[in-house]
Amino acid sequence: MRAHTRVYMVLSILALAAPFLGLYPVFLMKLLCFAMFACAFNLLLGYTQMLSFGHAAYFGSSAYVTGWLVTTQGWGTIEGIVAGVAVAMVLGLVIGAIAVRRQGIYFAMITLALSQLVFFVCLQAKFTGGENGLQGIPRGSIFGMMALGSDRTMYYFVLAAFVAVFVLIRRIVHSPFGQVLNAIRANEPRAISLGYKVDRYKLVAFVLSASLAGLAGSLKALVLGFVTLSDVSQGTSGEVILMTLLGGSGTFLGPVVGANLVVTLQEYLSDLVGAWVSVIIGGIFVVCVMTFRRGFVGEIQRRFASRTAEFAKRS
Amino acid sequence: MFGVPLPAILGQLMLGLVNGSFYALLSLGLAVIFGLLGVVNFAHGAFYMLGAFAAYIGLQFLGVNYWCALLLAPLAVGLLGVAIERLFLRHLYQLDPLYGLLLTFAIALIAEGIMRGLFGASGKSYPVPDILRGGFNLGFMVLPIYRAWVVLASLTVCGLTWFLIERTRLGAMLRAATENARLVQAFGVNVPLLVMSTYGAGVALAALAGVLAAPVIQVSPLMGSSLVIVVFAVVVIGGMGSIIGAIVSGLVLGLIEGLTKVIYPEASNIVVFVIMAVVLIWRPAGLFGRE
Repeated sequence: MRAHTRVYMVLSILALAAPFLGLYPVFLMKLLCFAMFACAFNLLLGYTQMLSFGHAAYFGSSAYVTGWLVTTQGWGTIEGIVAGVAVAMVLGLVIGAIAVRRQGIYFAMITLALSQLVFFVCLQAKFTGGENGLQGIPRGSIFGMMALGSDRTMYYFVLAAFVAVFVLIRRIVHSPFGQVLNAIRANEPRAISLGYKVDRYKLVAFVLSASLAGLAGSLKALVLGFVTLSDVSQGTSGEVILMTLLGGSGTFLGPVVGANLVVTLQEYLSDLVGAWVSVIIGGIFVVCVMTFRRGFVGEIQRRFASRTAEFAKRS
Repeated sequence: MFGVPLPAILGQLMLGLVNGSFYALLSLGLAVIFGLLGVVNFAHGAFYMLGAFAAYIGLQFLGVNYWCALLLAPLAVGLLGVAIERLFLRHLYQLDPLYGLLLTFAIALIAEGIMRGLFGASGKSYPVPDILRGGFNLGFMVLPIYRAWVVLASLTVCGLTWFLIERTRLGAMLRAATENARLVQAFGVNVPLLVMSTYGAGVALAALAGVLAAPVIQVSPLMGSSLVIVVFAVVVIGGMGSIIGAIVSGLVLGLIEGLTKVIYPEASNIVVFVIMAVVLIWRPAGLFGRE
């Protein structure tokens, strides 16, 4: 437990000091947004063992809605974010209600297919700008009180949102509700026989995950100032899976680590190798699935746990 | 009908039938692989793309004509599938099936990335073979010969596959292994070999669809990535693991898609997904599925 606290303390100091360390703030914010997205996704994959293959639908549609409202409808930043998250929530409710009727592999395929539907709607709808996407999205201010135009202010705003989501997810997982989710993950028929309305629990988890993914998307739209079709595409859905798996699904820090790795890698590699970046990402995916399915954080935790168990045995 | 001239409707229906035969071929392979391996082969669209590219490369660089490509491309891509099964997939059978899905997704990423790196993202055109050019004039519409050939060829292949699985000794072994692999192995059947060849055959079917598609659509590295999702939806609608379900729903959904293009073009991309949602609400196991 003490090791945990130390890790979190170091990370918080790093996160608070990051803009002063000479790192590019927009890149840091992008990292935070994708880390939030992966954490939201992990709530499903890691703690409920539901593989949603279409999480970009919530991420992207929320980004579009926020971007559109803020840019063309003159909405405030916070109102825009709330509206975006609300759309992601409703979308999560509709798609989730259909998808939780099936388990495992079917669930993955259904979420994928329905997210493709969302993709095509975004492609054809007027307000998304089609192939061009939305550009020049202003960051605005927090209720007209604090302008978010400067990168440093925006960074702390995004950081605050990220910490809030991270703490919320920890809270959810450790709550009685989270324990029921864990029971469903471990043995669904048993959870049913104990009288839990499993589908309802899964749906709530799905909606929560979709809403938080939406929040990540809205923030990303404001940070970068644009939304494109790739934000709702299956490629993004796949990336968030890789982030979570690579870092360690079912661990709190895993998705954060994974998101940082993947986004950094993409940023550097796309300059170096161009189109071949997807080959490298795919290769990492293969190595991850074949050899370390627990992910980085998962493996570290396991080593730690087995070592402490050994110590306990010896003494 | 709906203020659209009849030939236009028939033309779109014909196109829908062509797409439907691709859906049928692809979902057939997907269903067979899923039945025996329990793996949802996300790379199916990539193998379809590789089939088309194999034909294109054969014609451009090796002088292999269409008819030879029809045989050689599925063979080459099928062997690639066999190698992937041996090297990777085999080690995941004991795990959660989600890992098989993720692995094949990664393989699709790699395959598409490689082809994009080598050939660029733009589409390449593949000429229709001379004998199959032109069209029959049916009086009320002109039926392009190549399209008719695609439908005929894929229906034949689908029929043969169905026959092989449902009516032959080999098919009986396959179905038995789907039910209980360990017991079949105890009877002396080489199940790992059976599994490997099934994956290879399923992949070869996808590649065959790719070769058939090459002259009607542009050959491009991304041609399979959105198709595979439609095929997933087709398989969910038909009922996973049902051979007949895969064939019939593939064809019917192709037709419905074609019809939507006439009546309400904006919805033609999403109609299959909408139908999937409705079917799931009404019959979660799919139209032909058992549960």
